[in-house]
Amino acid sequence: MRATRRSLVALLALSPAAAAAEDALREAIRDAVGDAPVADGGIVLRLPAVAENGGQVPLAILVESPMTAADHVAAIHVFATRNPTPGVASFRLTPLLARAEVHTRIRLAEDQRILVLAQMNDGRVRRAAAELRVTTGGCLS
Amino acid sequence: VTAPLATPRIRVPRTARAGEVIEIRTLMEHPMETGLRHDGGRALPREMLTRLLVRMNGQTVLAAEFRNGTSANPYHVFFVRLERSALFEFTWTDERGRTARAEARVAVA
Repeated sequence: MRATRRSLVALLALSPAAAAAEDALREAIRDAVGDAPVADGGIVLRLPAVAENGGQVPLAILVESPMTAADHVAAIHVFATRNPTPGVASFRLTPLLARAEVHTRIRLAEDQRILVLAQMNDGRVRRAAAELRVTTGGCLS
Repeated sequence: VTAPLATPRIRVPRTARAGEVIEIRTLMEHPMETGLRHDGGRALPREMLTRLLVRMNGQTVLAAEFRNGTSANPYHVFFVRLERSALFEFTWTDERGRTARAEARVAVA
């Protein structure tokens, strides 16, 4: 166990690009939701397991919420963890929406994990993530 | 370089029953060029939409902020419950402050 951890640390140390990407992601998340505590669950993500064209990947986000004035999703933030820059989009929702559901199309450079944070009107934050493979990258080509 | 933005395409039903949930689809033709891509060694200049604002009878329904990971020709779908006839207004804004607008009406019988 200890040896495994040490080799993992060594691996991370060898990859400044990966460390920079982690920092950029952390910063983007902090910009979006500050230091609010984050709980998993309550979000369904629909996206392909394999994206042939990384330039146009369909993504549907559904957050469990009654969408009333008293209890609704105020914002949905989308991050691509292995793109040159992690930000994808932020959606500000209102109770005029029938449900906390948004469909979009996103651009992905390579195989990666998509991270979605949903911010409730009372400040709580929920999180969901999905891994997908990308056949042809859509960011740099 | 200062060509106007494209004309947005909106798909909404023309009529709905009171209390019905309708689907709204929007498509905006735009390269969403991040400035990170190269074409034959030449960097393609950045050209991005930053915002979409959707209002219903003057009230904000949805506001989106786009970053580099939003695809070219941004396409969005969302759902609204209608209690009365509605005028929807859509406004896209790019990084240089240019805007493109569209309207759609849904009559509730």
